[in-house]
Amino acid sequence: MDEQVYCGFCGQELTAHDLAGCVGARRAAMEPPRYCAHCARRMVVQVTPTGWSARCSRHGEVASG
Amino acid sequence: MTAAAERVETTGTDTDILAIAREQVLERGEGLSEQQILEVLRLGDDRLTELLELAHAVRMRWCGPEVEVEGIISLKTGGCPEDCHFCSQSGRFPTPVRSAWLDIPGLVRSARETRETGATEFCIVAAVRGPDKRLLSQVREGIKAIREDGNDIQIACSLGMLTQAQVDELVEMGVHRYNHNLETARSHFPNVVTSHTWEERWETLRMVRAAGMEVCCGGIIGMGETVEQRAEFAAQLAELGPDECTMNFLIPQPGTPYENYDVVEGKDALRTVAAFRLAMPRPLIRFSGGRELTFGDLGTEQGMLGGVNAIIVGNYLTNLGRPAARDLQMLDELNMPVKALSDSL
Ligand code: SF4
Ligand SMILES: [Zn+2]
Ligand SMILES: [Zn+2]
Repeated sequence: MDEQVYCGFCGQELTAHDLAGCVGARRAAMEPPRYCAHCARRMVVQVTPTGWSARCSRHGEVASG
Repeated sequence: MTAAAERVETTGTDTDILAIAREQVLERGEGLSEQQILEVLRLGDDRLTELLELAHAVRMRWCGPEVEVEGIISLKTGGCPEDCHFCSQSGRFPTPVRSAWLDIPGLVRSARETRETGATEFCIVAAVRGPDKRLLSQVREGIKAIREDGNDIQIACSLGMLTQAQVDELVEMGVHRYNHNLETARSHFPNVVTSHTWEERWETLRMVRAAGMEVCCGGIIGMGETVEQRAEFAAQLAELGPDECTMNFLIPQPGTPYENYDVVEGKDALRTVAAFRLAMPRPLIRFSGGRELTFGDLGTEQGMLGGVNAIIVGNYLTNLGRPAARDLQMLDELNMPVKALSDSL
C-alpha cells in the first residue's frame, strides 16, 4: 500500500500543514479520521458506541483498535 | 449551613434569585420562570458553586440519585436535505461526512455493546428530515433483530419530523421514547435552520406525547444565542415538559456555517446546565454531544454534581466520546447508581 501522505482529519498533504495543530484540534473534538491517508478521498465512516470504521473506495477499511 | 441559607439569614431578604429558587424549586418543585432563569444565567462566577449545589439538591430531591445511561447509534449518517447550520450531516454544506447506512447486524451489535455497559436506553438515530418507508422498515427489522438477540434494552428513536401515521407505527413497534430537539430558542431558530420551522418540530413533539411515547427534547448551547435566548429556550422546554431534556454543546464542525464558532466555556456551560435544572426540576437532564470538548473530565463530574442525571456513554453519532468504562467509574465514585431496567418498567 502507498505510504501515508495525507492527513486523515483534514485531507491536506501532511507536508503542507501543521499536523500537530490539526490532529490536536480534531482529537480534542474527538473525531474519527475522515480522509484516506493514502489518497485523501473522503471515507465512508461509521461510528458505533465502542468504535469506528472508515472505508476508502480504493484503499479499503481502517477501524479503531 | 449552606451559603444561600446564610445569605438569607444575614440579609433577611428573599430577593436573591438563588434564595428564591431554593424555596420555589427545591422546596415546592416549581420551575423558574423565563425572567428568573435569566437572573440565574447572569450570576457571576463567584456564585457558581452555590448554584451548582442548589441544582444538584433539586435533582436529588425531585429525581433521586440514579443516573440513566444511554447509548446512541447512527443508522443513517449524512446526506440530510435540511440545513441546520451546526450539523456535519447536512448534505448542503461541504463537510467531510459522507452518507452511510448501518446494516442490521451492526445495529444489533451496537445495541448489545450498549446493553453490556449497563445502559437501559438505546437510541437509533437517522439524519433525515423525516423517515421514509425504507427507514421505518429498517427500524422495524432492527428492533426485531435486537429482541431476537435476547436484548431487553429500551429503544428510543430520533428520525426527524413525523406524521401521525408514523408516530402510530413507532408506538406499535414498541419504541418507548422519541427524541426530537427544538435545538434553540424559538426566536433564534430561523438563524439556525431555514429548511423547516420550530413550529413543525413542536408539532411532532405534540403528536409523540399524545401517542404515549416519552418525549426527549433539548438542543445545542453555543450557536450564537444571546443569554436572553438561552433563558427563553429553557422556558420553552419547561413549557413542553419533556421526560428528558438533552443538552448538547456546539462542536464547531468543519465545513458548516458554524465551523469557526467558539466552544462554550466550561463555567458558562455549567451555569447553563444548572439553570436548565432550575427551570425543569423533574425530567432527566442528559449530558450529550460536546461535553468532552466543553468540559473535559473534571467538568463532566461537576455537571453530574450540578443538575445532570443522565449521560450518553461511548461514542456519539459522528464524534467519539470517552470510553464508557471511564464514565461508569465516575458514577461509581460519585455514589450515583446507574438506573436499572427494572426501575423504568
Ligand atoms: S435535520 Fe438533523 S441530520 Fe438533518 S441537518 Fe438538521 S440536525 Fe442534521
Ligand atoms: Zn490535518
Ligand atoms: Zn484511499
